[in-house]
Amino acid sequence: MEQTLSTPSTPQPVTARRAWLLVGAAAMSWLVAYNVIESLANWLTYGLLGLAPSSQLGASLAFFLYDVPKILLLLSGMIFAITILRSFFSPERTRALLGGKREGVGNVLAASLGIVTPFCSCSAVPLFIGFVESGIPLGVTFSFLIAAPMVNEVALVMLFGMFGWQVAGLYLVAGLSIAIVAGVVIGRLKLERDVEDFVWQIKGGGGAVAGEHPTWAQRFTQAWESTREIVGKVWLYVVIGIAVGAGIHGYVPADALAGVMGAEAWWSVPAAVLLGVPLYANAAGVIPVVQALMAKGAALGTVLAFMMAVVALSLPELIILRRVLKPRLIATFVGVVALGIIAIGYLFNLVI
Amino acid sequence: MLNVKVLGPGCANCKRLEALVQKVVAERGLTAEVEKVTDYAQMLRWNLMKTPGLVVNDTLVVSGRVPNEAEIAGWLQP
Repeated sequence: MEQTLSTPSTPQPVTARRAWLLVGAAAMSWLVAYNVIESLANWLTYGLLGLAPSSQLGASLAFFLYDVPKILLLLSGMIFAITILRSFFSPERTRALLGGKREGVGNVLAASLGIVTPFCSCSAVPLFIGFVESGIPLGVTFSFLIAAPMVNEVALVMLFGMFGWQVAGLYLVAGLSIAIVAGVVIGRLKLERDVEDFVWQIKGGGGAVAGEHPTWAQRFTQAWESTREIVGKVWLYVVIGIAVGAGIHGYVPADALAGVMGAEAWWSVPAAVLLGVPLYANAAGVIPVVQALMAKGAALGTVLAFMMAVVALSLPELIILRRVLKPRLIATFVGVVALGIIAIGYLFNLVI
Repeated sequence: MLNVKVLGPGCANCKRLEALVQKVVAERGLTAEVEKVTDYAQMLRWNLMKTPGLVVNDTLVVSGRVPNEAEIAGWLQP
């Protein structure tokens, strides 16, 4: 990085051009692949294996062979793009943007920045301390902390791939709304004394770390690495999830679940939230199953509530946050977010 | 002597960074003292907001990602 500052001319343009060419070539092959997988899946199932399109096995297999590569391609492409977008944001910059913002405006901004700021749950504590210590209100900090895991990029891509952009959009808007409202509520409850005392005593070293200014080649490298890491972590869940989903598609009679997971079953939304909390990190495998359940009569609100509980309220993150929050604030946080998710679930079941 | 600190509560990336630092130190025969900092209050001395972080002689050189060996060597070598 220091090199680029002092000698911006010689070695840089070559690698930059190579990086752009590579990304361009990858994008082309991605497009080609995305457009041939459906015909390929059908050809394999009905042509090569000779299964009848009307048979249950044939339908399930063609679904599986098309959906696995489709979702994996969507995941790699989108995570690559999202990582590039996120390389323009950093927690330090977000903190600077949030400084001096009032409640309300601050909550909306914090929730939106929560989506684009790179964040992993092991950074939750230093980030929390960094925000609070620089004078950002507790409620605004919580809007950020709720939105960041709630609007999960893997979940967003999976919803887009399996339900279409409308449902993915609903999930995005619902997640943002919960983060904003929950942050405002927590702010109003004046729970500052339920933050562990040491947080208030910390005085930062002063002088923020100089932000890195990556080149495009570096952004691409970083995006490639995180794509590999995330897809490497979730691909098995995707395959298993789609396999189970394909089985449900082919073998469970339609409307079998309307009674248990349909909009009429009032208790299904809270039950979905309760079920979702301990299921962290399996969002990738859960969505295909859930999509198959929906085809058999489960309601969209119930399904979205389940999704959000899986990604937003995770036990490991709560345990990490316990280092800085007293039990009562943790309980308030979980309670407010869970209520928000349940409300969104009922709302969608009513509206759609 | 170099003083190197790996900041992080013990997540996967923090462990990876620490292992990489140890490897670079061993491979290049550097004399460095490698410490782990897992206490959040201490990490805040360097204004760390993303884990893991790497501190060389009291200066935070990188945070929020695991750098590669060449980068680490660059920071450790005089």
